[in-house]
Amino acid sequence: MPVPWLPTGPAPAAAWTVALQETTAEAPELPYRQRVVAIVLATIMLLAVIELVRQRKLREEYSALWVLTALGLLWLAIDYRILLLLTGLVGGVLPTSTLFFGGILFLMLLSLQFSVRLTRVTTRMRALTRRVALLEEKLARTEDGEGSDAEQDG
Amino acid sequence: MQATLEAEEQETTGTGPAPRLLVVIPAKDEAHNLPRVLDELLPLVPAGHVLVVDDGSSDRTGALARAHGCRVVRHPFNLGYGASLLTGYHLMLREGFDLLVQLDADGQHPPAELPRLLAPLLAGEADHVLGSRYLDGGHAGASLPRRLASSGLTTVARWMTGRRFSDPTSGFQAMRREVVEALCHESFPEDFPDLDVLMDLDRRGFRLVEIATPMRDRLEGTSMHGGLRILYYFYRLFLSIALMPVRRPSLYRKDRGDGPRPPAGLGRAPVRERRQAG
Repeated sequence: MPVPWLPTGPAPAAAWTVALQETTAEAPELPYRQRVVAIVLATIMLLAVIELVRQRKLREEYSALWVLTALGLLWLAIDYRILLLLTGLVGGVLPTSTLFFGGILFLMLLSLQFSVRLTRVTTRMRALTRRVALLEEKLARTEDGEGSDAEQDG
Repeated sequence: MQATLEAEEQETTGTGPAPRLLVVIPAKDEAHNLPRVLDELLPLVPAGHVLVVDDGSSDRTGALARAHGCRVVRHPFNLGYGASLLTGYHLMLREGFDLLVQLDADGQHPPAELPRLLAPLLAGEADHVLGSRYLDGGHAGASLPRRLASSGLTTVARWMTGRRFSDPTSGFQAMRREVVEALCHESFPEDFPDLDVLMDLDRRGFRLVEIATPMRDRLEGTSMHGGLRILYYFYRLFLSIALMPVRRPSLYRKDRGDGPRPPAGLGRAPVRERRQAG
């Protein structure tokens, strides 16, 4: 089927557009069904993330990466040339493998983000635990003191 | 408990400006060994100056320490050896102690050596004193891989700091308040403080002294260092030391983690004043 937004006229001299034309010239188009599935999935993902943020089940700070991914997916699904260009840039053979590559990259970034957050949460949890333990001891001592010392002003 | 507290208060009022000492004993599941350690320690130090940090023990460690009259801070769950020390450090700073001694609850460190450990601090010759098993060389009792890694690390340390750390894993240490303040930062290793901590102190210009102390085998149970964890342990140590010169200074920012000083009535000094008034 025709792809109306593919450039038809003479290409500008920019190197990336030349690369783009070269890749698009020989690469197959993204099948209609695949594109629809991709667009629908990306839209659902975007809506789901926004809905989760709305319900406060997902904090805004964690949603950024998900929203970016959904938007990127949507963009790739609509504009197939970007995927082809990316495939050329990373040296991929099939556009599909570029998608998988991007997916894995996204997961890696997400895990790294989680590790960083986890480190912070751990640090805070430990500091709070320590503080609670110290306060408990102080409380116990204060209560002991009040048992026999009437002048305790607290 | 109350009797010992009163005795301790009289003792502190009596000695006046003498430096106040806190002994910190990190303990996890040491119900077998701890009483023996305390029996040796308490004739030397009043019980109110002994803090046992019960690191989430599943046995009666905390109760036994309390029965001896010691102060006990209990972590609700296991946080690690270094984390227990850090808890002791925080309490020390919060309550204005001047000197701190840390010793292990497993009986490795003979409490009778305490005066020798403190002597360089009291004489003003050192800021930090470490009781070393291996001051004369030798690494008796350690496995071969561990010995190799240790000597590799100490070589790197000597290269970086120009001094020899004979027994960096020793938990038998005495230090001044200023050193404790320097240690209370967010990147203090909460598993096992080791060579990296000593090198950091050296780098910051504290006077470190090692003295030879006899150490006994732990009374009962197994050591904390063992198995595959050693690999991770040395990895962490290498990384920590390698990153030391390039770490962001903010990581070394003092973080006492206890916020403002406690209000009057909860701290120790006000208690003493009230006693005198009443």
